[in-house]
Amino acid sequence: MASATVLSPTAPAPPHEVVAAPPMPDIMPPVKARRGVLGFLWRNPTIAFGGALLGLMVCIAVFADFLWTVDPTALAPARRTREPSAEYWFGTDMLGRDVYSRVIYGARVSLIVGFAVAILSSAIGLAIGLVSGFIRWADGIIMRIMDGMMSIPPILLAIALMALTRGSVRNVIIAITVAEIPRVSRLVRGVVLSLREQPYVEAAMAAGTRTPVIIWRHILPNTIAPITVQATYICASAMIIEAILSFIGAGTPPIVPSWGNIMAEGRALWQVKPYIVFFPAVFLSITVLAVNLLGDGLRDALDPRMAKRI
Amino acid sequence: MNAPMTARTRPLLEVRDLKKHFAIRGGFLGGVTGHVYAVDGVSFHIDRGETLALVGESGCGKSTVGKAILKLFEITAGEVVLDGRRIDNLSAGRLRPMRRRVQVVFQDPFSSLNPRMRVRDILAEPIRNFGLAKSRAELEERVASLMDKVRLPRDAVDRWPHEFSGGQRQRIGIARALAAEPELIICDEAVSALDVSVKAQIINLLQDLQQELGLALLFISHDLAIVEHMTHRVAVMYLGKIVEVAPKRELFAAPKHPYTEALLSAVPVPMPGAQRERIILKGDVPSPINPPKGCRFHTRCPYAFDRCRAEEPPLRQTEAGHWAACHLHDLPAGENPLAGAKGASVLAA
Repeated sequence: MASATVLSPTAPAPPHEVVAAPPMPDIMPPVKARRGVLGFLWRNPTIAFGGALLGLMVCIAVFADFLWTVDPTALAPARRTREPSAEYWFGTDMLGRDVYSRVIYGARVSLIVGFAVAILSSAIGLAIGLVSGFIRWADGIIMRIMDGMMSIPPILLAIALMALTRGSVRNVIIAITVAEIPRVSRLVRGVVLSLREQPYVEAAMAAGTRTPVIIWRHILPNTIAPITVQATYICASAMIIEAILSFIGAGTPPIVPSWGNIMAEGRALWQVKPYIVFFPAVFLSITVLAVNLLGDGLRDALDPRMAKRI
Repeated sequence: MNAPMTARTRPLLEVRDLKKHFAIRGGFLGGVTGHVYAVDGVSFHIDRGETLALVGESGCGKSTVGKAILKLFEITAGEVVLDGRRIDNLSAGRLRPMRRRVQVVFQDPFSSLNPRMRVRDILAEPIRNFGLAKSRAELEERVASLMDKVRLPRDAVDRWPHEFSGGQRQRIGIARALAAEPELIICDEAVSALDVSVKAQIINLLQDLQQELGLALLFISHDLAIVEHMTHRVAVMYLGKIVEVAPKRELFAAPKHPYTEALLSAVPVPMPGAQRERIILKGDVPSPINPPKGCRFHTRCPYAFDRCRAEEPPLRQTEAGHWAACHLHDLPAGENPLAGAKGASVLAA
């Protein structure tokens, strides 16, 4: 046995006479790589592209007032269903409203709903997942409730919840958040269960660290990466659910332009005036694509097992 | 040095009839469908400054014993007594000050350090928890002296764990264990994941520290060469039970349990052409979910007879300080196949 020979060339030698450890093995030099945000984006083009596209959409939503828009709710019955032109870039709908202005302002609803749902459901799901992962008796109860909620498709659950209240952006956010919470809490619970078996968590327990501190210092920082990735997917899914809810009339009220209800209103005319449906659909697709690209990029960058780079 | 129990001191740690059964949950409502008898009645003691090795093959429950002493979970039955005081039934708040006295070094140097904490914070955590430093300057001084103790440069405290090699990380793990100023360190396969030369360095470091600080070590391992090199006494575990405890020299020279005998014969001999009589055990280790009746080893024991299948042998003293759980020692001397010494030093070979 090799280790035996190395450890003790002559059989029972006193421990301190055995070859001593060299004073200090060298510490690995720091890896030379592009530093900072730019270096990170250079190495992760998916994140850069998705992020840029999403940033553009956010700018459009924030600065909608200055992007040559008119009042998106102003009716002009005399100028109904005009084709796209220099005056009406995306044409007008059957009530004579400017589709361009409606699409630009519609970005606000989609992005607010997407971000709000992503943040709220991540925060609530994180809390539920932490409780579930750390308190064993609560785990069974919480997870059976989550299983029950997950057995209903999120869209149907959101529609059911919207049927109980009146349509408003706030209620849409609440309905979609409730529908998305089980996915996050399951994810967090899984991460917590695997982290609490990690030797460094057990060492912290042995070192007398209190449970709240263990959660804060050792568990929480290591759940951020998977939650961030999950949040982007939830953001994309929330935008689509919002559009679906608005499309079937269960979402934002007609007075507030959103991509979903613009498409719903243009639906009756889509064979003769396809642009009313086309433009909001393109914006929705681009935004969801941007968020999904960002999510894929973050997943690859944050999860070492998915790393493709050397 | 055998470190036998003397009347002068009581043992630092005593484990009495420790049991840990893990419930197997399954079925529609998650009811208990069975148990894994991971540790099923284990007793031993460790004196101050002594090294006890706990050896056995994978899955025999040796790591579970270590974690039970650290109270990383509730034990099923038995007592863990630290310096005359039971610690297994203490509440979390009462246990916390006692935790300082028993620390742990884990096997995997990569998962035993939080990747998001700098070395300084990793070492400071136990010092802060137990209030061992009164000021910031004293904390810094303690962290620096820990780095000295494990022969790492002081300025490495600002680095992240991923910047170190496996052996260096294991040194950090040892430093973290020392930070609490413990009396006992549980080394759970602490060198198994390291390559041979680094392994030797870490072993020597542990031995130096033991002499310097008077530490007791519970050395959980499956590497008999290292066990023979560095421990005072050895406890052999099989399927959740201790089958033999003896001072190192006696155990390696004259094993008193057929399992120990087989284990020793399986160690490769580092001498070309050397002959050694190997005892090949038949079959696999039985499942700890459904351990065999009678002696747990009877399904694989080359000497098993009827009594072994019916009656479980207790751990009894066969010679001074040498304990074994085997019915063969009740046979007349001439009929006991273990009477002749069949073991051999692993290192001397």
